[in-house]
Amino acid sequence: MRAKTDSPTAGSGSSLRLGTALLLLQQAGHVWPAGVQAGSVAWLQSAIDGLCELSSRDALTGLANRRQFELTLASEIDRVARTGEPALVLMVDIDHFKAINDAHGHPAGDLVLKAIAQVLGDCIRPMDTVARFGGEEFAVILPNCPPLFGQAVAERIRLKIQERSVSIGGGMEVCVTVSLGGAHAPQWVRSSPTLWVERADQQLYRAKSEGRNRACLEQPPSSLVSPEEKGLLFGTSRFQDLT
Amino acid sequence: MNTPAAPNPARGAAAGHGAAAGHGAARGRITAVTSGKGGVGKTFLSANLAAALAARGDRVLVLDADLGLANLDVVLNLEPKLTLHDVFTNRCTLDQAILEAPGGFSVLLAGSGLVEYSRLTPDVREQLERVIRTVAPRFDRILLDTGAGISDVVLYAVSLADEVLVLATPEPTSMTDAYATIKVLATQQRRRAIRLVVNQVSQAGEGRAIRNQLQLVIDRFVVPQVEATGEPLVLDFLGEIPTDANVRETVQKRRLLLEAMPGTAAAQAIVGIAERLAR
Repeated sequence: MRAKTDSPTAGSGSSLRLGTALLLLQQAGHVWPAGVQAGSVAWLQSAIDGLCELSSRDALTGLANRRQFELTLASEIDRVARTGEPALVLMVDIDHFKAINDAHGHPAGDLVLKAIAQVLGDCIRPMDTVARFGGEEFAVILPNCPPLFGQAVAERIRLKIQERSVSIGGGMEVCVTVSLGGAHAPQWVRSSPTLWVERADQQLYRAKSEGRNRACLEQPPSSLVSPEEKGLLFGTSRFQDLT
Repeated sequence: MNTPAAPNPARGAAAGHGAAAGHGAARGRITAVTSGKGGVGKTFLSANLAAALAARGDRVLVLDADLGLANLDVVLNLEPKLTLHDVFTNRCTLDQAILEAPGGFSVLLAGSGLVEYSRLTPDVREQLERVIRTVAPRFDRILLDTGAGISDVVLYAVSLADEVLVLATPEPTSMTDAYATIKVLATQQRRRAIRLVVNQVSQAGEGRAIRNQLQLVIDRFVVPQVEATGEPLVLDFLGEIPTDANVRETVQKRRLLLEAMPGTAAAQAIVGIAERLAR
């Protein structure tokens, strides 16, 4: 059924202004449940659900947006703190994206972003979340993801994107690569979303500075103290400033 | 995509640490006392530091977070009938288990030898977080006396705190373990400001020298692993406690140094450490 967009009435009639909301829903192709009376509670619920869905998605790629990403990340932190399951966050950034925009224009850049979004969606399990983090940066949340699997999935994403050529119109195709940075939520430890993303970002920074088109995952913290560290700790005279 | 989960009110938008105790509402500052190596005086420091803070007018709680092998009761000469274990198993209320210790502060004891807590089950973690969340608003300062080592339980207890105090002695093994602890906390929990106390120093200035040496190794080996974001990783030196025969004597008698011998050099050092901690 198609909802009227002119003068919707919900409950108390003219007090609700739904014009913009209904336009947005229409533009997004919202499907109204069959047999529901416009203005009824079920109708209003469907509109609210549609708007929630809309406000949690990135308009260009259809992926989860930054807001939805942060909600999912927060609930994943809670889950990890409770269950101790390994969970991974991957930050994915397109290499030299600005060059594509500069050379072929922003519409071409948009096509690349959509294509990458699609590849990312194909590389993950239903329980995972792929989000557009901002600009040409994407983020993936992988619950219950042991370290070895994490490295494999990051590598798979990198290769799939490298193999993919994107048609940007006019018979032209471009290929892009991505850099990935990943960090596991610290198991058994109460962490925060900010810290988790910061750690993954740091690995992304490392992947970029090591030459791009690669995946760097944070290594588990080591409490081993190397001979070099011990050497520095005890080697020099630590009481030199006392005498 | 699932429906959005309700945001957890216990987590601030930019929450760094101490997330367990909730944000916004006024609550005490949570300080974890840890060391890596055992037997360096963690519980001794926690108890006497609590007494020094209480003497400044703070409402202080020491929580025995060494769940598997706790000995705060031994140090304070308390014979607790009720412990955290009884709270966890609903055998008493939280209020009943909070005891008044000599020295004017409160304690939540774990009871010794509860082997079942030496591993972190989801249940234990949730219980501990609940307890801390509940008591935090009632105190100005909560000291978490953690166990030795860098086990799951210790790292977890530290992760519930706003700040970490690492205790070391000039012994090479203690310095090595303190360094390993700092390294793990800096990389895993992104701890930045880590406070340091050096116990059992035989020469004035030794503590500061040890702090400088640790900082040197941190700058060289740890900072490169955690750089590029936020504040620098700095060891904040709170003070040193001299080796003092009186300490051994009061410990043997199971009395608080600050009560039994408040005028001794070691007691005065702890008062100074409390002042710097409270700043």
